[in-house]
Amino acid sequence: MSFLDNYIYYIGAFGLILIGIYIILVKHNLIKVIIGLGILDTGVNLFLISIGYITKGTAPIFSRPGIDSEHMVDPVPQALVLTAIVIGVAVLALALSLAIRLYQHYDTLNLRKIRGQRW
Amino acid sequence: MRRIVAILLLTILAVGISLSLTKIPFGSSETKIGRHYIDKGVEETGAVNIVTSVVVNYRGFDTLGEVTVLFIAAIGLGVVLSTSRKKATREITPASLVLSTGCRVLFPLILVFGSYIFIHGHLTPGGGFQGGAIIASGFLLIYLGCRERRISRVASNLAESLGGLVFVIIGLLGLAFGGYFLLNFLPKGTANTLFSAGIVPIIYVAIGFKVGSELTGIIDNLIEES
Repeated sequence: MSFLDNYIYYIGAFGLILIGIYIILVKHNLIKVIIGLGILDTGVNLFLISIGYITKGTAPIFSRPGIDSEHMVDPVPQALVLTAIVIGVAVLALALSLAIRLYQHYDTLNLRKIRGQRW
Repeated sequence: MRRIVAILLLTILAVGISLSLTKIPFGSSETKIGRHYIDKGVEETGAVNIVTSVVVNYRGFDTLGEVTVLFIAAIGLGVVLSTSRKKATREITPASLVLSTGCRVLFPLILVFGSYIFIHGHLTPGGGFQGGAIIASGFLLIYLGCRERRISRVASNLAESLGGLVFVIIGLLGLAFGGYFLLNFLPKGTANTLFSAGIVPIIYVAIGFKVGSELTGIIDNLIEES
């Protein structure tokens, strides 16, 4: 059980990343591929946050004087993920707009039927 | 066939990752830079929220780059969707009285909450990115609830450009006063008060305006298309 306690966040994060890659590789529907990208993004964010975690950690905010700074979690990954989430939303929107255009052009979202998207 | 290849690839990836992950201990962050930010952050930047001082002060240039990425994504979405051949004007059924009144009551409250989040970014959890996302959710409510309403493109573009300009101009002022870009040249004040931390709250308000108007623009473009 101690193994699970130690690595449960890493397992969860890389589980999400592997699920995302699997969806991107296997699925034919473009919307599902974009959902896979979203899951991959979430997994990467969770991994970055869990790297900076400290056991029994608190948020790195000195909201009152004399607060114990020993157990504060690493602020750098938090700052990176904060911006990565917003950028992830924007990139997802860009991908969806490309999907809209592709559907209007080919009348299908099935990647097998679109020439040049098949592999 | 494709499925088997994918599963094989993922298995190799998973084994490689799990071998390297056992070397990274969970629950003890060993980076010296994070420890330095926690120990010296309040003294050096005046912001009690260390995450904010990292985002805006220590790594402000990085954040400028990230805001630019967001800007490019929003522009790209606008360009991709604007090349549509025909803009079909659909009939819009007006919303019921309950829905539109509810939207009208809730919308200013959401705006006030979003502004609170980004103005107090250096004191409490939150900041420009989060506050901007909350403000964009308020505009999404208007688009879904009061369907005949549209925001003015000019005002949205103005808020976006002003946000970006304020960020860059403050950075250049730092260059002029102290010799490097995004220097915190304003007085730091006493920690844990609203007017403290020098340029940090100003930049976060600018980021809040920029992110809010960009996400609203994305929603606007996608709803026009539907």
